[in-house]
Amino acid sequence: MDVIANLGLGLQVALDPTNLLYCLLGVLLGTAIGVLPGLGPVPTIAMLLPLTYGLAPDSALIMLAGIFYGAQYGGSTTAILVNLPGESSSVVTALDGYRMARAGHAGRALATAAISSFVAGTIATVVIAIAAPLLAGAALAFGPADYFSLMVLGLIASVVLASGSLLHAIGMILLGLILGVVGTDINSGIARFTFEVPQLADGIDFVVIAMGLFGIGEIVANLEDETSRSAIMPKVKNLFPTRDDLRRIIGPTLRGTAMGSVLGILPGGGAVLSSFSAYALEKRVSKNSAQFGKGAIEGVAAPEAANNAGAQTSFIPMLTLGIPSNPVMALMIGALMIQGIQPGPSVMVQQPALFWGLIASMWCGNLMLVILNLPLVGLWVKMISIPYRYMFPAIVLFSVIGVFTLSNSTFHVYLLAGFGILGYVFKKLDAEPAPLLLALILGPMMEEELRRAMMLSKGDPMVFVSRPISATMLAVAVVLLALMIAPALRKKRESAFQEDS
Amino acid sequence: MPLSDPGAAGPDSARLRPTDSYREYRPMKAPKDFWTGAIYLVIGLVGFAVARDYRLGTATHMGPGYFPAVLTGLLALVGLISVVRAFVVEGAPIGTLALKPLASVVGAILVFGLAIVPLGGAVAMLLTVLVAATASRQFRLAPLPLAGAAGLVATCCLVFIQMLNVPIPLVGPWLRPLLPNF
Repeated sequence: MDVIANLGLGLQVALDPTNLLYCLLGVLLGTAIGVLPGLGPVPTIAMLLPLTYGLAPDSALIMLAGIFYGAQYGGSTTAILVNLPGESSSVVTALDGYRMARAGHAGRALATAAISSFVAGTIATVVIAIAAPLLAGAALAFGPADYFSLMVLGLIASVVLASGSLLHAIGMILLGLILGVVGTDINSGIARFTFEVPQLADGIDFVVIAMGLFGIGEIVANLEDETSRSAIMPKVKNLFPTRDDLRRIIGPTLRGTAMGSVLGILPGGGAVLSSFSAYALEKRVSKNSAQFGKGAIEGVAAPEAANNAGAQTSFIPMLTLGIPSNPVMALMIGALMIQGIQPGPSVMVQQPALFWGLIASMWCGNLMLVILNLPLVGLWVKMISIPYRYMFPAIVLFSVIGVFTLSNSTFHVYLLAGFGILGYVFKKLDAEPAPLLLALILGPMMEEELRRAMMLSKGDPMVFVSRPISATMLAVAVVLLALMIAPALRKKRESAFQEDS
Repeated sequence: MPLSDPGAAGPDSARLRPTDSYREYRPMKAPKDFWTGAIYLVIGLVGFAVARDYRLGTATHMGPGYFPAVLTGLLALVGLISVVRAFVVEGAPIGTLALKPLASVVGAILVFGLAIVPLGGAVAMLLTVLVAATASRQFRLAPLPLAGAAGLVATCCLVFIQMLNVPIPLVGPWLRPLLPNF
């Protein structure tokens, strides 16, 4: 019954009028920015992060979480209405959702997305409430070597997220870890990689890197091809699904939720993988599978449930272990650190109000999304039809103001310009920077755990394989690597065969 | 995702690849692999050279140089493999770089950095928005977009400077003689 008592405490925090207001603000801002195509949740959160510096830690986190699932929700709206996924996790929603909208069922598709997301969010909240304490308890047994191996596993798993070559993704991880080294070493007090620039003594702020690589680079890439978006906006009417619709979406929603909840917990899983897998599963098991890709309501319900459940359960490793499973969680960890909270198993014990308040607020936020978004859909449609050429100067402006306010120094602004160029270059080279962001956050922790583990083992590296927890983590990492290399090998062989013939 | 024209390769790959009929003479086959690897290699090598100044320590008592030396060394290795691989494995060409939008957006950021202290928030924000807007091919100075930009700047001044108390002066020292009342 601890779960109920804990959720009760959480609801108390979440229903506090101030927090309720920040939750609403976060959800609204997130949705508004999420519906704009070409701006995903990472730059959105990075851009809005400075707004939360002045808030209490619980309000700040509640608002940021609201921005995250709001953005996700907004992305689905855009995917359904104009076939432009606002972010990668709603790519699959566009397949059937857009077809439904084209056939005049935009309202039903939007309602399905909202309802299945809400159901998934409710179930995922309970999953977090049950799983988080278990995981946090287990994490108390972790030694430095185990933590180090866990982070290695997390980074390797994040490669799953990266599109393109495995080698380049590993390069991104290393680059992120190196960027994390920049600044004063806590043990020796030596300034590393600062090139005698005093502003780098505290390290490079992760907001600058996230905004440059993901935000600015993305803007330039979007401007390459300025063909105007289809101005034909489907008419949204009939926002209520029929009884038959509800009957049809129950199964896909529940299966999607289960899929999303499991994949969300895994490092590297999160919302994107969840929605793809749930769609694939549903296509296989559904009686209606011939309709998939042609406007099947099940094809909207399953991925939407999965991506929302996955987005929420990805908070579990972040909150209990301090390990981000995706770039958004990396930003959340950064936000926690800014608030002076070191993420890890102790957060739940030392900050129960923050921990459970955040979890309960997710449910409140999801409820707000359902209640608010269906009536507000007209406003979102108007926002989608704003041409990009009016949008991006505002995004650039918010980014520079946000970066400047980090420490009121122009140095960060110039750094943003540099990382913006790098972000665009990476984009052109198909080098996905998501693993870099995770590594950047994990880098300092990894170095510390590595030092401690090696000191405890008196320099014996066998400690990483002789401890069962650590050995398991490393074994899983090796298996993952092998699985990723295997299809690549096969493809390479195939192309070699083709050249021969 | 903007579609890049497969025929429009960068200047370097065009030089290395006279015509498509001489495919077997083309030494570098995967320009994306090559340049990504080159970036890793350069950062790795420079980082390694810098990290050599930090005390390495022993495995038991790691010095500040241990972690960076291992990482930069590995990154240089990954870069080297990628560069070598670019001559072996086929890859897609790099699309044309959108230099004009890149210059406008980066320019807008730099302008903000240069203008914020001497000219103050209002002017710096307006300049940023205007410079950024030139990134669009459809950019032109028309009254309506200008009014929109002014409205955006006014809103930002209100939200960030008045409400959130971001310590940015509304009017910088260079402009203060012109506007003594602010």
